[in-house]
Amino acid sequence: MPKIIVEVMPKADLLDPAGKAVANALQRKGNAEITNVRIGKRIELHYEVTPTEAQVEAAKQIAADFLSNGVIEDVVAVTVEN
Amino acid sequence: MKIGVVTFPGTLDDRDAQRAVRIAGGEVVKLWHADANLHSVDAVILPGGFSFGDYLRCGAIAAQAPVMESIIDAANGGLPVLGICNGFQVLVESHLLPGGLIRNEHQHFICRDQKLIVENVDTAWTNGFKLGQEITIPLKNGEGGYIADDETLRRLEGDGLIAFRYSEVNPNGSVNNIAGLRNARGNVVGLMPHPEHAVEPGFGPDTPLAMRSGIDGLTFFTSVLNQVVNS
Repeated sequence: MPKIIVEVMPKADLLDPAGKAVANALQRKGNAEITNVRIGKRIELHYEVTPTEAQVEAAKQIAADFLSNGVIEDVVAVTVEN
Repeated sequence: MKIGVVTFPGTLDDRDAQRAVRIAGGEVVKLWHADANLHSVDAVILPGGFSFGDYLRCGAIAAQAPVMESIIDAANGGLPVLGICNGFQVLVESHLLPGGLIRNEHQHFICRDQKLIVENVDTAWTNGFKLGQEITIPLKNGEGGYIADDETLRRLEGDGLIAFRYSEVNPNGSVNNIAGLRNARGNVVGLMPHPEHAVEPGFGPDTPLAMRSGIDGLTFFTSVLNQVVNS
């Protein structure tokens, strides 16, 4: 099934409490080499057939306007997977 | 005076907002997220809760609801709109107010009676307060940390668009102690704390006079009724 995969991350300069909590747990478990953890989202858009170029562009627009909020997040990747 | 109170799936404080409107002397019209018809209301309240389970981002899916298309149009035309807590998040996600709300800095859900300073009284929802007045209303949120980029913050401060600031304690890490905003026209106000929980003696925050006697929230609702009557 063709998919468009949208990856969204909290902005680099913002506190990511979930990532921080995981990082703290990893360090408690002795993984001192892991200095930080950040947690984002992977959102899959499913299609019947491989999306056209226009549909990919539409998906990028959806990613920017709805799937992410530019004030607090960045869309880091929009990729087509067949 | 008809005040519409919107219910989304996951809204919790619609009944309290309806009660606040009635106590202030207004007539309540229940608005449903899937119905784009605003039924000729004179103002709209977006209440608190967890619309659509806070999925995607707080307020993001509610901002796409049919009722919001009508509310955004009407707000741009001057209809008074108040967003409380999750309703503030919906206003931000609808771009009726700038910036964003993120998880509290200390990562905990917080519930307390919160002191605020009224920073602007030239709005539909704050005209009954005195400028600089200190009020106490309940605050309860997990994602109430207000943020905005530097340019937006300069504009908010420069144009007097900050409606409320936290006093004594910044409960969630909001920049510049911002608790609530107004738009340029003054018809749209959003804030994280809950005025609708401080409208009736016996059920509000404690005051030096008596337990649970605080009704500072009532002025939000009487303000909009006065504005609607006078306009």
